[in-house]
Amino acid sequence: MRTSSSARLAFVLIFGAALNAQSPTYHLGRAPTPEEVRAWDIAISPDGHELPPGHGTAKEGRDLFIERGCVQCHGRNGEGGKAPTLIVAKGAPTNAGRMPGMDMGIQAPGLMAVSAPYATVMWDYINRGMPLGREGSLKPDEVYAITAFLLFRNDVIKSEDEVLDAQSLPKIMLPNHDAYPGHPEWKHGTPRLRDYP
Amino acid sequence: MDSKKPSRRKFLASGAAVAGAAAGAARSASGQTSTPAAAEPAKKNIKELIAYGDRSRFVTSLREASEGRPSPDAFGLTFHVVTPLGESVGSITPSSLHYVAAHRGFYVPDIDPKEHRLMIHGMVDRPLIFTMDELKRFPSVTRVHFVECIGNRSTPRRNTVAQTHGMTSCSEWTGVLLSTLLKEAGVQSGGAWIVTEGAEEVKGASSVSMTKAMDDCLVAWGQNGEPVRPQQGFPLRMIVPGFEGIYQTKYLRRIKVVDRYYMTYNDYGHLQKDPKVVALTNQIGPKSVITFPAGGQQLHSPGYYEISGLAWSGGGAVRKVDVSTDGGKTWKVAELRTAAHRMAHTRFALPWTWDGKECDIMSRCTDEIGTVQPTRAEVAKFWNEPLTPQFTVKGADNTVQVWKIASDGSVRNANFL
Repeated sequence: MRTSSSARLAFVLIFGAALNAQSPTYHLGRAPTPEEVRAWDIAISPDGHELPPGHGTAKEGRDLFIERGCVQCHGRNGEGGKAPTLIVAKGAPTNAGRMPGMDMGIQAPGLMAVSAPYATVMWDYINRGMPLGREGSLKPDEVYAITAFLLFRNDVIKSEDEVLDAQSLPKIMLPNHDAYPGHPEWKHGTPRLRDYP
Repeated sequence: MDSKKPSRRKFLASGAAVAGAAAGAARSASGQTSTPAAAEPAKKNIKELIAYGDRSRFVTSLREASEGRPSPDAFGLTFHVVTPLGESVGSITPSSLHYVAAHRGFYVPDIDPKEHRLMIHGMVDRPLIFTMDELKRFPSVTRVHFVECIGNRSTPRRNTVAQTHGMTSCSEWTGVLLSTLLKEAGVQSGGAWIVTEGAEEVKGASSVSMTKAMDDCLVAWGQNGEPVRPQQGFPLRMIVPGFEGIYQTKYLRRIKVVDRYYMTYNDYGHLQKDPKVVALTNQIGPKSVITFPAGGQQLHSPGYYEISGLAWSGGGAVRKVDVSTDGGKTWKVAELRTAAHRMAHTRFALPWTWDGKECDIMSRCTDEIGTVQPTRAEVAKFWNEPLTPQFTVKGADNTVQVWKIASDGSVRNANFL
């Protein structure tokens, strides 16, 4: 009996401590609804698991590129406009490690579109940031289609009829897929780079 | 001989406008102060006096567009503006003069704080959504931290300290530690990164490692004694102390705990192919600059001056600042005039008598982890590249800034001579 009560006490202490470590301290805020999460969950992982249902082809994207006003800034053929070049001339560098749109005059050749390591980044940026002034107005089908159009015109996908969706998009290999080394582990109170002066 | 170069004339002219207060003189000769102050009618009950104070009409320091990219650009947008460091006093940047950088030109959203929400979700036990009022009920902290743009660097075209170094500013930030919020939500095992995202037009998003997120990051709503300014992220922003500006997400509305570096648009655009360069991009190295006498300013006669400047480091607090007035041959330890907070601007000063001869002046910061600010020559040697005016420091540039004082008292950028 004595044993059992001390065992029970031990159980309460251990379980209580574990519970304590995992439970909130301040009990502020509330749980978001699934709809609230879905509406804001727009950063697309390289594995694409946040991609919404929908699909599109380059053929559809060719028309949407005009209809949705992309041509007004990016030019009829994805180049020569006042906004960054989206379609890279054959043999032009893909400029890994260059901030798209951040260079002088935002006109550096070969920027944008295929300089990203993953096609999910293109989808993400078109979805969150385009068209300028009407951000968030494109439907998922349209974003898939415009992404397909840019990939087709940049020779990444071979057919104008290839369907892009949440399953196929993350599998696309861009020229800079392996160009970025990722981030070194950061530690508190350590220099940026060993042996750097 | 130099004055015949048009670039130099332009440089002095812009310097006169920018350097005003610090360089003294000139302005009072313009006739604005001919009426004695006592003859001015007393100002009574005007809105400015009661509601929100202005600075004196004689104080004219202003921000200006960074020359790094044409402003306005092809879309009529301003890209980055710089703090007038040449007239800075102490260590805090007035909120109105804080540098501003935007992802793609300025779109400052007009956010009603009553409607604003912060959501924390992803790999957490309890996804949570907070109102601003709820966030303010958490235990708060107030800390002084600088913010600096990765593009903040001296170039042959940048002559004033505003242009060479003005994309850094320092504020007293108030908010809740991010670690407090993450513990409240309960980070699940495998939650190694967070993605922070803003509510502005492009919903700027950056990845931050969980190590940094739990270390010292702030979710801030206060800046220099009042709510964070709209240009700085009202009503809520991230402060990632010591890291480059793009991580300090403004208009913060969402934090998602994830399992990997998410390679957002902001992330990949700032990555480089060389891992050594990547290592030099997120945390700012020890850095300092003399803000007086500095490029574009004018010494009117030989005699006593106080050399004054700012030092900071992404690695911690400033431990020591050395100043040289003979081109780096000898160094003297400067006095620290403000408290050396971690990852914060720290004012230094050195009493000095100018003998009227041409000289090169510079400062060098050592931080609490013992890292010393390098010269351009040392960095070129590290990369095994020749030190020419074209040599560009890779990653964030924290190299020593050299100012040349000519015998006529004019000061110019001597980094690339």
